[in-house]
This record gives sequence, C-alpha cells and structure tokens, in this order.
Amino acid sequence: MPSTSPGSPRTPGSAPAVEVTGLVKRYGSRSPKTAVDGLDLTVARGGVTALLGPNGAGKTTTVEICEGYRRPDAGTVRVLGLDPVADAARLRPRIGVMLQSGGVYSGARAEEMLRHTASLHADPVDVPLLIERLGLGSCGRTTYRRLSGGQQQRLALAMAVVGRPELVFLDEPTAGLDPQARHATWDLVRELRTDGVSVVLTTHFMDEAEQLADDVAIIDGGRVIAQGTPDELCRGGAENTLRFTGRPGLDLASLRKALPEDSTTTEPSPGSYRVTGTVDPQMLATVASWCAQNGVLPDAIAVERHTLEDVFLDLTGKELRG
Amino acid sequence: MTATGTFTPRPGAAPLGRMIRAQAALETRMLLRNGEQLLLTVVIPTLLLVLFSAVDIIDTGAGRAVDFLAPGVLALAVMSTAFTGQAIATGFERRYGVLKRLAASPLPRWGLMTAKTCAVLVTEVFQVALLTVVALALGWSPQGNPLAVAALLVLGTAAFSGLGLLMAGTLRAEATLAAANLVFLLLLVGGGVIVPLTKFPDAAQTVLGLLPISALSDGLRAVLQHGAALPWGDLGTLAVWAVLGLGAAARFFRWE
Repeated sequence: MPSTSPGSPRTPGSAPAVEVTGLVKRYGSRSPKTAVDGLDLTVARGGVTALLGPNGAGKTTTVEICEGYRRPDAGTVRVLGLDPVADAARLRPRIGVMLQSGGVYSGARAEEMLRHTASLHADPVDVPLLIERLGLGSCGRTTYRRLSGGQQQRLALAMAVVGRPELVFLDEPTAGLDPQARHATWDLVRELRTDGVSVVLTTHFMDEAEQLADDVAIIDGGRVIAQGTPDELCRGGAENTLRFTGRPGLDLASLRKALPEDSTTTEPSPGSYRVTGTVDPQMLATVASWCAQNGVLPDAIAVERHTLEDVFLDLTGKELRG
Repeated sequence: MTATGTFTPRPGAAPLGRMIRAQAALETRMLLRNGEQLLLTVVIPTLLLVLFSAVDIIDTGAGRAVDFLAPGVLALAVMSTAFTGQAIATGFERRYGVLKRLAASPLPRWGLMTAKTCAVLVTEVFQVALLTVVALALGWSPQGNPLAVAALLVLGTAAFSGLGLLMAGTLRAEATLAAANLVFLLLLVGGGVIVPLTKFPDAAQTVLGLLPISALSDGLRAVLQHGAALPWGDLGTLAVWAVLGLGAAARFFRWE
C-alpha cells in the first residue's frame, strides 16, 4: 500500500496565500455604492504582494473581506485555502492583521498591549525583541492615546506579527510615518519575507511598492487593472527613455534610421538629446556606435525607467495619490 | 538579508482558558485604571452612602437610614459597573476598532464577552467589599441570606450588562456616553436607590417598580433590611430584563 496522499485538495498547506475570484462588494442599501467590482487576485505563498491604488480604489474592502470582516456580495475568496467567514476560527490564528488605524484600548500601555496580543498565541515572537526592532522601547509604558501616530502604527504592526502568522495583512503600514520609522517598517517587512511569511500590504506609495513588493497588483475602480513584478509593470506599461548630452545641433536623422521603428529622437534643448523606445542593451549599443561615428563623446548618458506612477497614469489617467 | 528565523511561521491559538484569563485580566485593568469609571463606580456610590446616612436629607422611613441606603447603593454599584461603565467602555472600544482588531485574533467572540463579564464581576466584588465596610462603619446591620444577595447581584449584573451592551453596540460612542450617564442619573433618582419609591405618586410607582434598578434595590432591601428569604418577584423582573437585554444585544450588537 503506498503512503497516503499528502492531503485533500483543500489542504491549506498547498493553497495560494490568497485566491479571490470575481469579488463584488457594495455598500449601502438605497443607492448602493460598488466598492469592489469583479476583482480577481491570486497571491502566491511567500513574498510580498502590494495592492497599489488611490484612495477609494477598493484596497481596504478587499483586504477586510480576506480577513473575514465582511461577506462578499458575489465571488469567492479563499485565504490559505479557507473561507474567511465560514472557517474563521481555523483561519484567525494563522493570519496577522494590521488595521488602517486603531485597534488598541486607549488606556492600554504599548508593551502591555503587545504582551497581551502575544498571550493569545501559542508560540509568539519574543516581545522585548520586537519592541526593540520597532523602536518602541522608549514608549513601552506610555498609554496608547498618548503615543504619536507613528508609534501607534508601529505598535499595530508589532501586534500583527507577534503571533508568528503564516500570512499578514498590512493596511497602509507606513501611512503617516517619518522616513526613519518608514525604513524600520520596510526592514521588518523584508525580514518577514526572508523568514517565509507571506505579506499582503496596501499602499498608495509607489516607492513602497517598488522597494518591497515581489508582486504588485494595481487596483482602481474596484478591479485589478494590472498585476506583475514592479519590473514587468514598468517595462510593459510604458515606453522608456534614454538621454544623453553632446555638442548641440547634431543631425539625428541617421540615428533615427539606425534604431527600431517605434523609436523617436529629439533634441529638447540644445545639446540635450532624448531617445524613446524600448531601452535595452541593443539600443544602448546603437546609440553609442552612432556617437562614435559622429565623433561625439556622449556625456551624461542615462536610462530613464518609467516608474509605477507613470504606469498607473498611463493605465488610468489618474494621479495615484488622488 | 539572511534569515534570522525570528518570524518563521509557527501560528496557533493559545489554549482557550489562557486566552480568556488574559483578556479578563486586561479588561479588569482597563476598568480600574480609568479615572472617570472609578468616579462612577466607586466614588459616587460611596459618597451617596456616607452623605445620606450621615445627614438626614431624605425620609427613608422607619429604622436607621443606613439600613435603607446600603442595599440601594449596592444596587447602584452594580448598575454603575455592569451598565454605565460597560456601555461607555465598550462603546469606545467599538469606536476605536478594539473590538474589530480582537475579532481578528484567535480569541472567539464569546470568549471576549466572557472576559468582559469576568472583569465586571471582579470590579463588583471590589465595590461590594468597599461599600460593605463603609456601611458597617456607619452602623449598618445587614440581615438575610448572603446567597440570596448573591443571586440578586448576579441576575442584576446580567440584566444591566445586556442593556449596556445593547446601547454600546448600536449607538455611536458619544451618544452612548451621554445616554448611559443620563440613564444612570434618572435611575439613581427614580429607581428606589436613595429615594424610596413610596415618595412618588401611585401611578408612577407602578411603572418605576418595573425598572431593573428598582427590582434590584427593592430585592436587596427585602433581604438585607427585612431578612426575606428569596424575593421572587424582584428576581423574576430582573430575569425578564436579563433575557430581553442580552437577547437584544446578541441580535443587534454591531462590532464596528
């Protein structure tokens, strides 16, 4: 008799971290407002996934449905292979949750609250270590209502990870943080990833998504309008640009001919040249050899990659921070 | 970055008993640390007991004033913690996302409610001990069976908790704050706590007598002042309020 199969199809161990299909959520009964409108999203185990989008895009609603706070109006949601509402009791110990704000008794002290949260879990992270890592040592005895906004954010983050979850949901983890606290948060997210924790975070900061995420889902109007690695999104979504400087008034026609058809060449200001198209090693070589043929020493040659913000603008015509 | 293993997933809930004990301890600390709560639950009942026992302001009928007042103030203490204090605290916990965040923790909702009840009961034990000592110092001579007193206090706690949680779970936090204090004041005056119900017109007496605070103060007085065995009428009134209040709270409570 062969050994038994490693589990049924619903074995949570093999399921994606998050699997959302056709999710719809409306609020209000009289004139319902559609917050999420047919959203599909798959989040693989391990790694950091950023849900990137402007305020009101449906990021928080999606995350809160995954956390089991709301029932979908349509569609299916599986988190670690479980139904967040029906299987809540089994799911809750395995996930960590950081709400966008609040979540702590106003009279509780920072360290007291973290210790309490730890005590609800079987095998929590060492509390003093976490306090030190997030720079909460100086305010451990301070009650929540007297903490600064940044300290409150970091305490909420600590509470989300103290139970050693497999998957954490961080809803705008760095909103309102100063640069130092922001980097402490980023470092912690990177360490979670290295230690094998799956992280889903929402943000409206492009740099945060670019810095942290293995996978970015751009959300607008309650749908995922693009998903991929930051590189894929930047490459696929928009043209790229190469700039160089040289002596003014070069004849660009021959360069234009040497480049692929979809390229353009301009001299926006005297001596400053701009080439658009698919910027790859081949293009760089073409430009360099053209410069050599024309006896030009290209000065300050630079590749300009499009940022996620450009991609977002191209896709939606909207500012990300809107 | 090298893996340190600090956050290597090892998820799991703590044993249920440990979670509820931890939650109850935290809830109790929150109650006892809050100055406004202590004013309501400790200072006001104690002051009323001392003031009205020492100064002959209200005609409390035959016998010593403290024998009339102590049971009423014990009823007030239960109301202040189980109803007013719990309604206000829970209302703001709901407002500030505490209940929402706890709902995502391994602690089940019923575990949270059990912990809240434990915190209320622990606070009441402190209140009853303090008020008993003060009343005895003022010359109180309690009668009756302590078990009958305990039954009244527990049933009163259930009735007031249901009403407090109903208010906290349905109104805005600010509305709960205002309404819970107003109700506290009205029931303090009209619930037989320090003013005998016999001072009110007959028609009003009938209605006021059905209030949970009246049933509790009347029942405690029947036992502690007059040595009654078990005041079934008052216990019945409290039981009805408990069923209605807890039932409505379970049905209408909104967690965020």
